[in-house]
Amino acid sequence: MSERVLMKGNEALAEAAIRNGCRHFFGYPITPQTELAAYMSKRMPKIGGTYLQAESEIAAANMVLGAASAGVRAMTSSSSPGISLKTEAISYMCGSDLPCLIVNVQRGGPGLGGIQASQADYWQATKAPGHGDLHILVFAPCSVQEMVDLVGKAFALADQYRMPAMILADGMLGQMMEPVVLCEPGEVQMVEKPWAVTGHGGRRPHNIVNSLFLTPDELERTVKERFERYRKIEKTEALAENYMTDDADYVIVSYGACARIAKSAVLAAREKGVKVGLVRPLTLWPFPKQDLIKAAEHAKEFLCVEMSMGQMVDDVRLAISCSRPVSFFGHTGGIIPTPAEILAEIEKMAGGNA
Amino acid sequence: MSTLRTLIAGFGGQGSLFFGKVISYCGLHDDKNVTNLPSYGPEMRGGTANCSVIISDEEISSPLVLNPDTLVVMNLPSYDKFVGTVAPGGNIILDSTLIDKKVEREDITAYYVPAAELAEKHNLQGLANIILLGKFLAVTGFTSLETVEKTFEKVVPAKKAHLIPKNIEAVKLGMEL
Repeated sequence: MSERVLMKGNEALAEAAIRNGCRHFFGYPITPQTELAAYMSKRMPKIGGTYLQAESEIAAANMVLGAASAGVRAMTSSSSPGISLKTEAISYMCGSDLPCLIVNVQRGGPGLGGIQASQADYWQATKAPGHGDLHILVFAPCSVQEMVDLVGKAFALADQYRMPAMILADGMLGQMMEPVVLCEPGEVQMVEKPWAVTGHGGRRPHNIVNSLFLTPDELERTVKERFERYRKIEKTEALAENYMTDDADYVIVSYGACARIAKSAVLAAREKGVKVGLVRPLTLWPFPKQDLIKAAEHAKEFLCVEMSMGQMVDDVRLAISCSRPVSFFGHTGGIIPTPAEILAEIEKMAGGNA
Repeated sequence: MSTLRTLIAGFGGQGSLFFGKVISYCGLHDDKNVTNLPSYGPEMRGGTANCSVIISDEEISSPLVLNPDTLVVMNLPSYDKFVGTVAPGGNIILDSTLIDKKVEREDITAYYVPAAELAEKHNLQGLANIILLGKFLAVTGFTSLETVEKTFEKVVPAKKAHLIPKNIEAVKLGMEL
């Protein structure tokens, strides 16, 4: 195992991508993601990889489409406004069944918004990362270590299911330094990609990577095939951490860096005798419905805590079929909720029962 | 089991982020859990820069330091902004060359270190932050001098390695105050 090193989230994620076999990075600078691209620009030339700063986010995402078509592990990274520009290519990659990694180190929105940490791109990532009937895999790390661990998982599942994967981080995770253990480069398993458009000297029929199907029947068939894959993923790949939920009367649902702050509040509430737990989704799509259904067996009430206006609330309500009240607390625009604020919400929810 | 929650703040360029980096690496060296959350954005660009560091034997949930046990401030705007946030019973270490104020709170302990002036006097230009780090080490005892020395070898880039002895001298000076 590698030694523990201290790294910034953005840089650790970049190094992890390289160790997971990514040799093609296409990007464009934007705060608070820039260190990721900067790290790639230093490392890639030294290891025979490609680092390319494109003329725009749109170009960068389409370069990922091209590289992924050739079967290599390719990625791009940006922050919220830049991700909006990439959505066209993301849709094309979904329609072409191409695996890749997209990193969103979120900042406040809408529009150019601000540059401080935010989780306001939840809807974009999980509902409409591009036009058309589609999904992408969405991972939500809560620490620098998870940024690293989920990169390997994201690349592996993207390859396995032939679809784009996203790491949905935020400015806090990107900028924060924490000790981290990186995987050894030799530990990575690469899958065969017989569909890739690579040179073959006429030894096989040529492959086509395409998202254009002008015959409705044919298009419907490809979409339906893809949705069968999505259903399988929803059954098998959802991930969540369940923290102190076994006996919890009240359950916080929170993800990413925000969930760590919620965890501090859970600990403080437990010290005061309030039976509260935390369900922390590690995958936002697929959404960990089973974990919430299980928590609802005991819980009287749910509270979503997010750095947005409550974009995850409806997913929680749907997961538990509205069987329990689901309320919301959070901040948006780059303001980080404090443990004390969340504790106050927990106590309000628990009412006189604390 | 102990947890150190600290906030280091000053103008951009005064070395508050480097201070945070050094103590974070010390935590790493001592096999502790560490979070280091720097400020970024407009405040970095000509304004105040600050850095929240938690070093703990236990898992760290929230990386925010809203009420530091020890606050280190290097300029007046940071002093004014953060002096009220120090946890009762906590410490404030300030550069008294640049902050011409006396702490009015009676529930915290103040350490006045004329770091900028001392750096000038001892031919340690640019190392006022490290003199403060020496004082920080003496006040909190968060690690050993040996760990700090080893850490400098790790965080100072090879082409600046000749500055390591000066840094260690600055730490020792701060410790003895």
